[in-house]
Amino acid sequence: MIKVENLVKHYGDVQALRSINFEVHDGEIIGFLGANGAGKSTTLKIMTSFIAPTSGNVYVDNLNILEHSLAIRKRVGYLPELNPLYGEMKVYDLLEFTAKIRGIEGKSFKKAFSRVVDQCGLEGVIHRPIADCSKGYKQRIGLATAIIHDPKILILDEPVSGLDPNQIVEIRELIKHLGQEKMVVISSHILQEIEVTVDRIIIIHQGKIVADGTSQELMSGFHGKVQLTLEIKNATEESIKALPEKVADITLLNESKVNDHVALALEYPKEKDPREALFQYALASNWVILEMTPHRAQLEDIFRMLTIEGGADA
Amino acid sequence: MHNIKAIYAKELRSYFNSPMAYIFLVFFVLFNGYFFTNTFFLIDQSDLRSLFNVVPLVYLFFIPVITMGLIAREKNLGTIEVLSTLPIKDHELVLGKYFSAITLILAGLGFSLVHFFTLVAVGTNIDYGAVLCGYLGLAIVGAFYAAIGIFASSITENQVVAFIISVVIVLVFFLMDKLLIFVPSSIAGLIQFLSVEYHLSNISRGVIDSRNLIYFGSMIWLFLILTVRLVEARKWR
Repeated sequence: MIKVENLVKHYGDVQALRSINFEVHDGEIIGFLGANGAGKSTTLKIMTSFIAPTSGNVYVDNLNILEHSLAIRKRVGYLPELNPLYGEMKVYDLLEFTAKIRGIEGKSFKKAFSRVVDQCGLEGVIHRPIADCSKGYKQRIGLATAIIHDPKILILDEPVSGLDPNQIVEIRELIKHLGQEKMVVISSHILQEIEVTVDRIIIIHQGKIVADGTSQELMSGFHGKVQLTLEIKNATEESIKALPEKVADITLLNESKVNDHVALALEYPKEKDPREALFQYALASNWVILEMTPHRAQLEDIFRMLTIEGGADA
Repeated sequence: MHNIKAIYAKELRSYFNSPMAYIFLVFFVLFNGYFFTNTFFLIDQSDLRSLFNVVPLVYLFFIPVITMGLIAREKNLGTIEVLSTLPIKDHELVLGKYFSAITLILAGLGFSLVHFFTLVAVGTNIDYGAVLCGYLGLAIVGAFYAAIGIFASSITENQVVAFIISVVIVLVFFLMDKLLIFVPSSIAGLIQFLSVEYHLSNISRGVIDSRNLIYFGSMIWLFLILTVRLVEARKWR
């Protein structure tokens, strides 16, 4: 288990982290979400011992990064943001070097090597200089170096940023597969990139955690209203005007005419569902319903609200 | 030790994967060869003194070139983040890199042995002890300048800046005893003791005094410690 406790980090006068607390359990994939500059990378850099916190600590099992940095680094695989690699090095040489530092040599290196080449799909580029590989390959090479020692903890800083949609799907699948037996922390500033991969989402804003939970939990805890688009035919003005009185909980937001259709924008509280009453009313008024689509608050909206408006209670 | 070896092998490979090592070796040998043969046949003496005089000059610019990228380049590429989150101690990182630079310098000196073979072929009454001491002196000074170079490389992420800083520091140590006439006599002794030339000339003459070895040893140690501290400093920024 990883336990991040009261992390605070100042860069000069800038307060990058203001007290970060969270836990990661075995076999859990955590999505670390926030706008650029929110403090995601800083948190991950502290967790990997690249930088030290101003105060606070990170515990891995019974070790902590201030006293047992080396022991923790042995258990962690890390892919930094922007995935820095030595361009002139060959893929094989880089993996061999990383493995050597990790204490994997000889037979066990051969085994580990064929495992990561297989998992990351590197067969075609093994003897190529890294600089000659495409961005997608580079990302997989970075990932391969991070998992060569089969770490218990995998920390990936924006692993899919800048990849094309197909590559994103590939990396996602790989991360999901790895996450079955490891603790994985992935950061991103784009929700859709990680939404489907992760078990739990932590949203960070201006150095503070503003939300922590599964996507279901985040959405159900969100106080909002559901908007409903209703497109109808054969409706009279009066019957539309009367709608809010006849059907409970519904507010009429907008009304627009397209040929002989009328499109209505309606709204109702999240916990109520007046669609059945609406249908009965339409039937009674002789409307023909062409479309009825509710728009639930998406995770995206929650993210935007939390990180733009400075953190409503989620 | 294991980690130092791994870093060392990686650095050495990176020297030889880029044109750096080849350019260094070729020009190092060319420069020294030119200046050596220029005078060797004129002065008509069976020694390598003209070589031993020119190599420290060539070092001035050549060693900063091979050390400038050692740490600055890792910072510039961002690979320092990968390296320092691996289970390696910072001093292992610095030492592995430092030894790789020393190896390249020793390789350069090794190629200059061709002049020694010339000497054996054409000379008479060769003082082998003097040759050995001369080479020992060059190796030690090379190690000193490399320590300055890696220190300069850890200050910045810009290799050109690292180059300039190390040339300046090396130049200060190199020129110190030439400036003795400008300093008050009370500190002249100290300045002289700090200069490279003073200690190198002793070793080259065959007088291997512990004071000279302690000077070089502690200077190398000082610059390496400073380098390790600077590498560590990223944590506390």
